[in-house]
Amino acid sequence: MKDAASAPSRLRRHFHQARWEEPIIFQLSQPGQRGILPPQPEPELLAEVGPPQTLIPQKLRRQHAPALPELAQPQVLRHYLRLSQETLGADLIVDAGQGTCTMKYSPRINERWARSPQFAALHPLQAEEDVQGILEILYRFEQILKAISGMDRFSLQPQAGSAAIYTNASMVRAYHAQRGESHRNEIITTLFSHPSDAAAAVAAGFRAIILYPDPDTGYPSVQALKAALSERTAALFITNPEDTGIFNPHIAEFTRLVHQAGGLCVYDQANANGILGITRAREMGFDLCHFNLHKTFSSPHGSGGPGAGAVGATAELAPFLPAPLVDFDGQRYFWDNDRPQSIGKVAMWYGNVGVILRAFAWAMSLGAEGMREVAEIATLNNNYLLKRVLQAPGVEAPFSPGHRRIEQVRYSWQQLAQETGVHTQDLGRRAGDFGVQYWLSHHPWYVPEPVTLEPTESYTRAELDEYADILAQVAQEAYQDPAFVRQAPHRSPIHRIDPSVLDDPALWALTWRAYLKKKDKWPGSDSSSTP
Amino acid sequence: MVSHPYIPNAEPHIKRAMLESIDAASIAELYADIPDELRLQEPLALPQPLPAESDLQQLLSRLLHKNRTTATHLSFLGGGCYDHYVPAVCDEINARGEFLTAYAGKTYTDHGKWQALFEFTSMMGELLEMDVVNIPTYDGYQAAATALRMAGRITQRPLVLAPDSIAPGMRAKFQDYCPPDVQLRWIPYDRATGCWDASALAQQLNQDVAAIFIENPSHLGVLEENVAAIIEMAHAHGALAVVYVNPITLGVLAPPASFGADIVCGDIQPLGIAMQYGGGHGGFIATHDDPRFVMEYPSRLYGIAPTSQPGEFGFGEVAFERTSFAHRENAREFTGTAANLWAITAGVYLALMGPQGMQELGETLVARAAYAMRRLNELPGVKAPHFRAAHFHEFVVNFTDTHLTVAEINRQLREQGIFGGYDLSKAFPRLGQAALYCITEQHTKADIDHLVHALGHILAPSFSSPSSEKTL
Repeated sequence: MKDAASAPSRLRRHFHQARWEEPIIFQLSQPGQRGILPPQPEPELLAEVGPPQTLIPQKLRRQHAPALPELAQPQVLRHYLRLSQETLGADLIVDAGQGTCTMKYSPRINERWARSPQFAALHPLQAEEDVQGILEILYRFEQILKAISGMDRFSLQPQAGSAAIYTNASMVRAYHAQRGESHRNEIITTLFSHPSDAAAAVAAGFRAIILYPDPDTGYPSVQALKAALSERTAALFITNPEDTGIFNPHIAEFTRLVHQAGGLCVYDQANANGILGITRAREMGFDLCHFNLHKTFSSPHGSGGPGAGAVGATAELAPFLPAPLVDFDGQRYFWDNDRPQSIGKVAMWYGNVGVILRAFAWAMSLGAEGMREVAEIATLNNNYLLKRVLQAPGVEAPFSPGHRRIEQVRYSWQQLAQETGVHTQDLGRRAGDFGVQYWLSHHPWYVPEPVTLEPTESYTRAELDEYADILAQVAQEAYQDPAFVRQAPHRSPIHRIDPSVLDDPALWALTWRAYLKKKDKWPGSDSSSTP
Repeated sequence: MVSHPYIPNAEPHIKRAMLESIDAASIAELYADIPDELRLQEPLALPQPLPAESDLQQLLSRLLHKNRTTATHLSFLGGGCYDHYVPAVCDEINARGEFLTAYAGKTYTDHGKWQALFEFTSMMGELLEMDVVNIPTYDGYQAAATALRMAGRITQRPLVLAPDSIAPGMRAKFQDYCPPDVQLRWIPYDRATGCWDASALAQQLNQDVAAIFIENPSHLGVLEENVAAIIEMAHAHGALAVVYVNPITLGVLAPPASFGADIVCGDIQPLGIAMQYGGGHGGFIATHDDPRFVMEYPSRLYGIAPTSQPGEFGFGEVAFERTSFAHRENAREFTGTAANLWAITAGVYLALMGPQGMQELGETLVARAAYAMRRLNELPGVKAPHFRAAHFHEFVVNFTDTHLTVAEINRQLREQGIFGGYDLSKAFPRLGQAALYCITEQHTKADIDHLVHALGHILAPSFSSPSSEKTL
């Protein structure tokens, strides 16, 4: 135990990311190479139907083959393996640096079954009798989410957190319309909630009102909420803890006031990892909530999806949930499509079921005690990392001094930036030289020079020390040799890009074919690559 | 308590040492800001956990083996999710821990992820012959709904015309998602051909119409042969053409852009992604390289950029200021986690297939589907295809004259280990007893013959086989 607790930090001073100098796949193309052969139609079948081309109306036939690259199979595999090696997935690193993202361990047993033919080869239109196993999993997982949140029903259909937020906004819209209160067209949210809480509300036709944090506590005051409430209030969309990691202790007062004004309360539980088994949406007074299963429930982030946003509702709001919902009659599991007040469908089928399957497996491994342990250790790790990070020069954790944080902290390097001229982006690129991610923060940067760190329950003390030591090292370098940090990265797969081509319509190239058309206009084009 | 393998610092000595190092007496102290009345006093009411991995393995195995799958049964289900062959290399790449567990890493830490996604958009661009392709959204329905809203914003017009042949789920999605930017008007499809009804379209087109929505092939499987003429009609009224296409068709079918499509959208699941009970989707949106269009995408858009090293490339976000990440409530719709692992996979698929593979696959699909239609049409009381139109790999089979319901036919097929076509009788009652059949390259001629044989027995128990019927 002593060894584990006092293990020396291992700053990876000589780390270098893979640098394969891997060309764009089109540059690897060799005419005539084949990566895989599709099956050919049988000769006797062709004899009956004739040449395939003649089965397609002349007007619709493709005149020339698509200019896809041509590679043999080993070359395709090698190309993509090299690209994978040039990617710092959470499996490889101490991924405490992607705050709000909950980069926890994704158990491999869950992958095994998500990829098994018993699941992967299921078609969504199969007869219910043939999919009882997966329906049972969906049903049982809904019961688990109900226990964790205190809500009465869940839809597992939304395919990510933002989709769940939109779904909630759509349900709020339907609820007020049904009550003849469609004049309620404002959704109140907070600056430190996810940008989609505002954006998806607007996409659903609402006006967004943003509550700013109290400069001392870091969360909006009751007075600020009161000032925003009116007969136009449709709902409050709020995270708690917000991205600062500070729990708003007045949350029950918030929901009471919103209800009093005739609005609904919607809980974005993107930051739920530190409060599983500690406190619930129900007791805080929420009508709707959602969990990000690719965050809190361990399903892998997939380079940016697939995810899942499970939406929970009280009995009053449940009729509006997306249809269908899975149900059980005591003998068999089935899809309940008879939901006349439902907002309808948000996904093509039932959502990202593979993500839900993994989340179910994770929850079954942990149970009630284990889940509470997840929250407690995630919170302990965060407060430990907080103490360690604050030992670096030039950094602070704004708001609520002396208070503990839940599962993450938004830090500020304002002092360091003022003293060195090195900005948080520079620190982030340099941190990457030590083999970690460093996630700045959502805009706008109300906290100046921000970084948001969320260590989750998955890392050892030594790993947390490693992350803190990297930040201390990088901060010290900023004071000693600011130019060196500003020029970072120094050990990445590529050199610094010229981003000027990304915002100029004459120069931007979103595909290789666009690049080929525009490359001669690029800055220093004579030195740019020619395949 | 034994510490759980997923939670290293749950080990009691470590936990105590860490608490000491932050001057906390207990874990409870860390939650001091949570009022007592909000604290749970009891453990969550969850099932007994299975922390031993082998126990969990048994549970998952037992539950999932209750399913009957297309891996062991002959399935003719399609309708938006397709049982195409998934190349082993696709599975290998999307199982790589680096891609599987990466997330929001930027230009330098996740260079490989960015390149793989840029290559996906680039290969889709070749397939579609369009220069701008998004990093995919959730699925094809979301892509289509966003494409229609984009059309509304681009034209500043309030109305979209869509055929009533689209899938009920897609219609429900449009009704939920589109109205803040555009209203929908449903136009009856041509009942004989299943295609757009040009005369109905002509009556409805006016200067309020932001876009017309065309599926090619349609949900009911027909190819829109007059797509160029229909798009021309829309353009003549200043409306845009939003075309929903299945990318698997584009080895043999001309891309929608060649007919004048302005926004092309669809779903990438057919491109090397397992069905996963409908959990393997991603929605693409493509346009020409016109800033008026580009600036209306809500999606992430990745661009290629030069580096300080001649000949080297890196990647970054294009026109990031459009997105909700930059401007929250003042953005185009919203952006977030979507389907990147599937986009990478679809890129691998297109790289494996190449131009020749896509063409050959398309030829196999149309040939086998044509054969299936021919064989099925020989059965007594069966009409295949229902519509007088060209088809790709899906088609409506009408069983009305057999005097059996599709539900009954499919029930009997299931007894023989066959998943029959999707029953359309509820969603499209006008078709009578009809089912949507899908043929993929995984169906051999023998599989199709087996289906026809089985149906023959169901429809006419004395009926021996279609080939013997033919020789009569």
